Amino acid sequence: MAKSHVKMSVNGRDVEALVEPRTLLIHFLREQLNLTGAHIGCDTTHCGACTVDLDDKSIKSCTVFAVQADGAKITTIEGLAQPDGSLHALQEGFRMMHGLQCGYCTPGMIMRGHRLLLENSNPSEEEIRFGIAGNLCRCTGYQNIVKAIQYAAAKLNGTAREEAAE
Amino acid sequence: MIPGPFSYHRPKTIHEAASLLAQHGDEGRVLAGGQSLIPMMKLRLAMPEHLIDLAAIRDLKGIERSDNTLVIGAMTTQAELIGSKALTDMAPLVREASLHVADPQVRYIGTLGGNVANGDPGNDMPAVMMCLDASYKLVSQDGTRTIKARDFYEGTYATALRPGEILTAIEIPLPPAGHGYAYEKLKRKIGDYATAAAGVMLTTRGGKIATCAITLSNLADKALLAVDAAADVVGTSLEKPALDAAAKAARAIMSPTSDTRGSAEYRTFVGGVMVQRALQSAFARAKG
Repeated sequence: MAKSHVKMSVNGRDVEALVEPRTLLIHFLREQLNLTGAHIGCDTTHCGACTVDLDDKSIKSCTVFAVQADGAKITTIEGLAQPDGSLHALQEGFRMMHGLQCGYCTPGMIMRGHRLLLENSNPSEEEIRFGIAGNLCRCTGYQNIVKAIQYAAAKLNGTAREEAAE
Repeated sequence: MIPGPFSYHRPKTIHEAASLLAQHGDEGRVLAGGQSLIPMMKLRLAMPEHLIDLAAIRDLKGIERSDNTLVIGAMTTQAELIGSKALTDMAPLVREASLHVADPQVRYIGTLGGNVANGDPGNDMPAVMMCLDASYKLVSQDGTRTIKARDFYEGTYATALRPGEILTAIEIPLPPAGHGYAYEKLKRKIGDYATAAAGVMLTTRGGKIATCAITLSNLADKALLAVDAAADVVGTSLEKPALDAAAKAARAIMSPTSDTRGSAEYRTFVGGVMVQRALQSAFARAKG
């Protein structure tokens, strides 16, 4: 099959590449761009570990072809921290509130939390839980993930709390 | 999991898309949001040689009111349905049911057109569109026709869509002001298909039900219109005998399979409960 030429902006950087049409976006990101932050968990659209931001939408990159993202603007977990390495409020929140154990779901959780907070800067606990319902975590029981997103919301809103999780 | 190889097409007009589909026949397949088709392709249950992506066709997006009809472009996403205040003001059943579809990420990209055209009996939108008595606009190289949602579904992945046809729009007759509506879905977790689900649209006059439509999701090999169940509640104020009669009539047409969601007997039982809850909720919301 002939390869397709794709152009997209990934974490603010313009990239161009030739891809097979059947190449899934997650494989393109991980194997051609070496951005291995987004993970492949279930590979069946359930777990959300592969979540990235595509044109201001959270999507599961295991269920989108790279050719569909031609011309799109993509943000992955690698694009969240500042160039000097200082963490995004969500990354800091997950660290401070112990929002991870094995860490496998974390890139997807943070990217989903990122879009959620952009759309709703002060979500209720229920709105957070409904908003991350497409992301599975098999370690934490979600309690500290919710707290981590609440921490980030407070920090971004300028009402930061200092205490960390036990 | 990696799908089989295919050639990718991204037409800019519906005419171009219909022409590509006609050209490639059985080897061509239309791609909407891909949230059903791509998983099928990854499992190699679908292996189209030509994938015709509708994403670049602007005319297929959007929600418009034209006289007494709501016209929704097939490529409108579930998230856009949920976010449309105008749609929710006129036909709130759509938002209520859309919130039950899959999960946030899938709703950002999954489309109404894909959901209704796929013919998956587990999808929620077919029963919703049957409840609203919507019609589907089907376009091919040979022309355009419309078909009622109630006449569209034939069985699992079997619909009235003919080779070469593309579902381009969903047309919903504007529901009367003050109508009652509800979509009740029992599911094991967010993102799951229904164990059993029921949609209801009704109007009331003088405290009694004047008109009523009841539809069922994932309780047979296609979405069902429960005609007898609806007839059992018209003219009543939904007293217990009417509610019980409706559940009984609805259960009589269900034929779910036994699966990980429950036995056929269980799913049929809770299917009746969903009908009763949807009726009660819709009746409480109706003004008239």
